[in-house]
Formats: sequence, C-alpha cells, structure tokens
Amino acid sequence: MPRNETISGLGLDEYKYGFVTEDKPVFKAVPGLSNDIVRQISHHKEEPEWMLEFRLKALEVYYSKPMPKWGGDLSRLEDTLDEIYFYLKPQDQMERSWDDVPQEIKDTFEKLGIPEAERKALAGVGAQYESEMVYHSLKEQWEEQGVIFESIEDGLARHPDLFRQYFSTIVPTHDNKFAALNSAVWSGGSFVYIPKGVKVEIPLQAYFRVNAERMGQFERTLIICEEGAEAHYIEGCTAPVYSTDSFHSGVIEIVVKKGARFRYTTIQNWSNNMYNLVTQRALVHEEAKMEWLDGNLGSKLTMKYPSCYLVGERAHGEILSIAYAGDGQHQDTGGKVIHAAPNTTSQITSKSISKGLGRSSYRGLCKVYDGAVGAKSNVECDALLLDERSRTDTYPYIEIDENTASIGHEATVSKVGDEQLFYLMSRGLDEAEAMAMIVRGFIEPVAKELPLEYAIELNRLIELEMEGSVG
Amino acid sequence: MSEPLLSIRGLRAKVEGEDGEILRGVDLDLERGEVHALMGPNGSGKSTLAKVIAGHPAYEVTAGEILFEGEDVLELEPDERSRAGIFLAFQYPAEVPGVSIANFLRTAVNSRLGEGEEMDVFGFQRTLTEKMEMLKMDPGFAARYLNDGFSGGEKKRNEILQMAVLRPALGVLDETDSGLDIDALKIVASGVNRLSEADEALGVLLITHYKRILNYIRPDRVHVMMAGRIAESGGASLADKLEAEGYDWLHRAVAAV
Repeated sequence: MPRNETISGLGLDEYKYGFVTEDKPVFKAVPGLSNDIVRQISHHKEEPEWMLEFRLKALEVYYSKPMPKWGGDLSRLEDTLDEIYFYLKPQDQMERSWDDVPQEIKDTFEKLGIPEAERKALAGVGAQYESEMVYHSLKEQWEEQGVIFESIEDGLARHPDLFRQYFSTIVPTHDNKFAALNSAVWSGGSFVYIPKGVKVEIPLQAYFRVNAERMGQFERTLIICEEGAEAHYIEGCTAPVYSTDSFHSGVIEIVVKKGARFRYTTIQNWSNNMYNLVTQRALVHEEAKMEWLDGNLGSKLTMKYPSCYLVGERAHGEILSIAYAGDGQHQDTGGKVIHAAPNTTSQITSKSISKGLGRSSYRGLCKVYDGAVGAKSNVECDALLLDERSRTDTYPYIEIDENTASIGHEATVSKVGDEQLFYLMSRGLDEAEAMAMIVRGFIEPVAKELPLEYAIELNRLIELEMEGSVG
Repeated sequence: MSEPLLSIRGLRAKVEGEDGEILRGVDLDLERGEVHALMGPNGSGKSTLAKVIAGHPAYEVTAGEILFEGEDVLELEPDERSRAGIFLAFQYPAEVPGVSIANFLRTAVNSRLGEGEEMDVFGFQRTLTEKMEMLKMDPGFAARYLNDGFSGGEKKRNEILQMAVLRPALGVLDETDSGLDIDALKIVASGVNRLSEADEALGVLLITHYKRILNYIRPDRVHVMMAGRIAESGGASLADKLEAEGYDWLHRAVAAV
C-alpha cells in the first residue's frame, strides 16, 4: 500500500472554500426549532395560510418520527439541532441584477466564480446565501420560450396553482424525518418549469452557500419538466469550516413528463462540519428519462439516495454517483429505482473513494412491482480504498415482485496497490502523480459525464500537491 | 565515459520481510549498444533481478551494487531510475482503468522535462502515431485504458510502445516474448531491433525462458542464471547449447561448485 505521506499529499483534503464573509443579515431567528420559528419563517415570506398550515403539520410529523438508526452516526445530531439557526435572512429582497446584491455577498459568490460562470455557459443562475435565494436570473431567450427559473418563494407567489399542483406530491411530508423537517422550515431553493417541447440546451445552475456558524439550510426545489422538454440543472454547495457542526437538509422534487429528459447534477463540497441529509426524488413518466449525477466530496456525514420512480411505460432512470470520504467523513450514498410500469429500465453506477479513517457506504434499493413486465435494472458499485484503514460497505436492497424482470448487480472493492503504483512510477511519474492518476482513472466514467468545467473542478480536487513525498 | 552502461556487482536481494535470498551474488556488465540475453529456468531469479534493477519496493537489497552509467542507483526511487534512463518492460503489466495510454504516456514524457515544461501536444501525438505504426498497432489503441482488458499480446506490445516513446538508455525486457504467437513475437522483436538501430547506444537486457525470441533479436552476450547468480556467460552460441541440451548440464555444473 502507498505511504501515508503520499496520501496526505493528495489535494483531496484541501478545502479552498472555507473562508467566512462578514455580513449584516436583516433577520436572524433564535437558535433551535419551535412553532414560533416556523411561524416567523412563513411570516417573513408572506405566505398564504395553507402553506403555514402545511408547515405546522410537517413540524408535528417531524417531532413524531424517531431519529433514523441506520446510515450514518446521528447520535449527536439532536444536540446539534438545538443549537442550529433554522432561519437567517441575509437581505430584504431577492435581486435579479447582480449589481444589486450586497457587496459582501457578491464578493463571496465572485470568489466562488459564480457570475463568471453565468456569463460563459449557463442558461440561468440562482444563488442562495444562508436561508434565502439572493439572486436569480434567466437568460431572455429561455424566458421568451416560457421557461420559469425562479426562487421557490417566487414560484409559490407567482404561480400558485402550478406550485400547489405538484408541491410535496413527489416527496410527501411523512416520507422521512428530514423530509418532514424540510417541509416545516423550508426556505430558498428553485422553482423550475420547462414547457412542453422546450429544450434548454445549456445548464441552469443554482449555487448554495452557507456562511454563518451553526447554520441550518433547508432549500426546497420543485422542477416540472413537461412533455418532450429537456433541461439540465446543476447545483453546487460550499460552506466555511467551523469547529461546530452545521446542518443542510434539502428536498428536491422533480416531475419528468412523457418523453422528456432531465438531468440533475450535484457537486456537493460542503465543509467537513456539515451534516448533509437530502431527499431527492423524480417521478418519471412514459418514455421519459431522468438522470441524477451526484458528486459528494464534502460534508461530515452525507445520507443521500437520489431516486427515480419509473411510473410510465419505458421510462428510464439513471443514477451516477461519486463519493469521496476522507478522514472524519462518512458518505452514505447510493440511489433508489422503483419500477412501477412495464419495460422500464434503470442503471445505478456508484463510485467511492475512501481515505484514512474515511468511510463510504453504498446504499441502494431496486424495487420492481408486480406487473412491471420486462423491467431491467443494473447496479454497479466500485469502491477504491487509498490505504489500509479506510472502509467501505455495500448495502444493496433488491425487492422483486415481477418474475419477468431482469436485475444485475456487481460490486467491486479495490485498493491502490503497490503493483499499480510501481508500474506508473517505473515510467517516471513520482508517487503522488501516480496515485492521482489511479484515482482520476477510477472516477473517469463519472467525470466524462460532467460539463467540462466541472470535470476540471472534480479533477482539480484530486490533484496531487507534492510536498516532498519522493525519497 | 568508459564505464559500462550497467554494472551489477555482488548483488544480493530478498523479498522484504522474508528470509531467504533470491539473488545470491549477481555480477553482470552490459556495455552501451549491447544486447544481452538472460536465460535460466523458472525460479532462478531472472524476474527478481529485473524488478530490483527498476527499484520494486517489495525487494530488499542486502548486499552489492547496481551502477547505471557509473552511478549507484540503489538509493533512487523507481521514478528517478526511470527518468535517469532505465526502462523495465513488465512481464505482467498492471491494469489502470480510466487512464488512456495517450494521457499516461504524455504524463510520463512530461515527467522527464523541467518544472513547468510540457511537450507540444501535436509533437507528442506525431511521435505516438509513428511508434504505433512501427509496432503495427491500431490507431484507436492510444485511447484505450492502460492494459485494461488487454490480451497478453496487446500488453506486451504496449510495453514496447512505451519504451519506444520514452527512449531509455537501458531497456530491461522481462519475458516480453512469453505468451506471444509467432506473428506478435516478430512484430515485438522487430520493434526492439528498430529501437536499437535508431539509438546505437541503447542497451538491452532481454530476459527470456526460451531461445525462440533470440532467432529474431541477436544477442551480443548470453547469460544463464541459476539459483540466484549468473552460472554461465558466453556468446550467442550459448543459447543454442541451452536449446539443444536444456539446463540440466548447468544444474550439475552448479552443484559441483
């Protein structure tokens, strides 16, 4: 096995987004959770009565559900949640022009490269800071075609009927404890509507930044992709490094109508003091295609299993995920595919890298309902261990009620071995370069699916920064 | 520069953490521009010698020295030896999925340049294409992942391709002929010959179990390894004798010593 100094020479653990911005929020709730906090959130958002009721009911559901006993270690989460700020409003209103965003917040996003990315290659950009979207814009070309890309609050205010028709139908409040929590205190996130037949060829991007200490971020995103429409949504997340823990729990709901295609990409790079418990689910109709591309590089603990409910004939779902677990990190990730219609197909590809005391787990469910004739699913999970201490586990759950279904599952665990390292070094690559090359090769099947700038970012994260590991 | 390209003196080595030496006092000199064949029965230490020359971390050198161009290389890491001009064509090359041959070789070439320097991409591509043609390789080969799912023959050809691109001063070929059919063997042998022709100073240590490849690559010297040391050295005719009589006479000779 490679030497420890080489592994620590990997850029993997360097976190360049850990800076803190001095800002002046317009409202900060007291820490902890209560009915009052929920009412304050709803009040600040000037919501209709039904939403307040929805939130308060969800809070009861949250209290009634026990903390999950599976997945990662949540034993200290309850204490953490007592200290968390559930709502922090950074500015009075959301801006549509970058110039109107407060300077310090603007500086933060500029440091993260967001406006620059927008000018280059995106159809629209949303930016969330603490609890609220501070900026949202969509290029005219798409607005003219009826595309909606707004903050979730604006979605509710401006398109109340459309919003209510779909909201919480894909991830119901009682789905799990954290979906209930999100339903009670949600704030920020995107509302996306792609009209019938419209193909948005370049990505929409939302960027999530947590800046305050002991912050809880609960974005809620609702995406409706109408018949024959196509779009790609990318989200990125970062936060400063604090000694106390923070909490992020989003809910993403997506409807992909007949013949439509939707891709949702996440590059999650939270700092290592973040609990990241997210529910992402897509309802995929006839002949539609949904792809989740899920990159989990940061956080203390991530529990996240993007899912596809294949409810229309010949619907296709794909989940491609990559997780990196360094010292002190646990990535409990994977995917769920539910085959509920004939001839539906799915593919889950999961790749994880564990280093030091890091632990990565693949947790997946493939369920085929009776009557989903000819359903096909294939699951592939590959784990790469960088040293002797790192750990990986696989928890594949398969439930088949249809005997014409065809299900494949393949799992591999490999270690970066002396033979591979020696081979590459014998061609002149130093040990760190050789290690980076092996890791890059391992994630290549995922990286090549990303837009170029994200592939470069992903590769940069695993670049080697040699600090005298030779000799 | 009168010293030999490679000079091995009293070399003893074992697997790290184990008892029992595999190399028990190897002496060998190889001059610039020479091709030496190293033959011997299975388990005699031929492949261990190859790996020790390249600096494999699983082996511990307990005595002796390896001088390359007059410099002791035992303290050098495998990558430093490579950049100094030593190349090992592996008997069993490792598979590295997700890394294309072109990408890998470009990185290897760049590792030989100074800090911040990079080889011109088009120049590199030209070189690569030219060497692939020499080895009768399909142009699509460069895009394949390094040894991933390669046949035995493809792996061996890929080793020679790397040697052709990296242009070492010394090539150690560890049973490059094993597992090749006669056509592949001829292609690999002619590749090695052309490298020798292109670079008159190139030294080659050709490790083989069989004489077959020596019909295509004519050695200047033949060494026979037995029980961890060179038991016999001679001209090309020694290979013929081994082919005709096997290793038994040498076993007896070694036992008699």
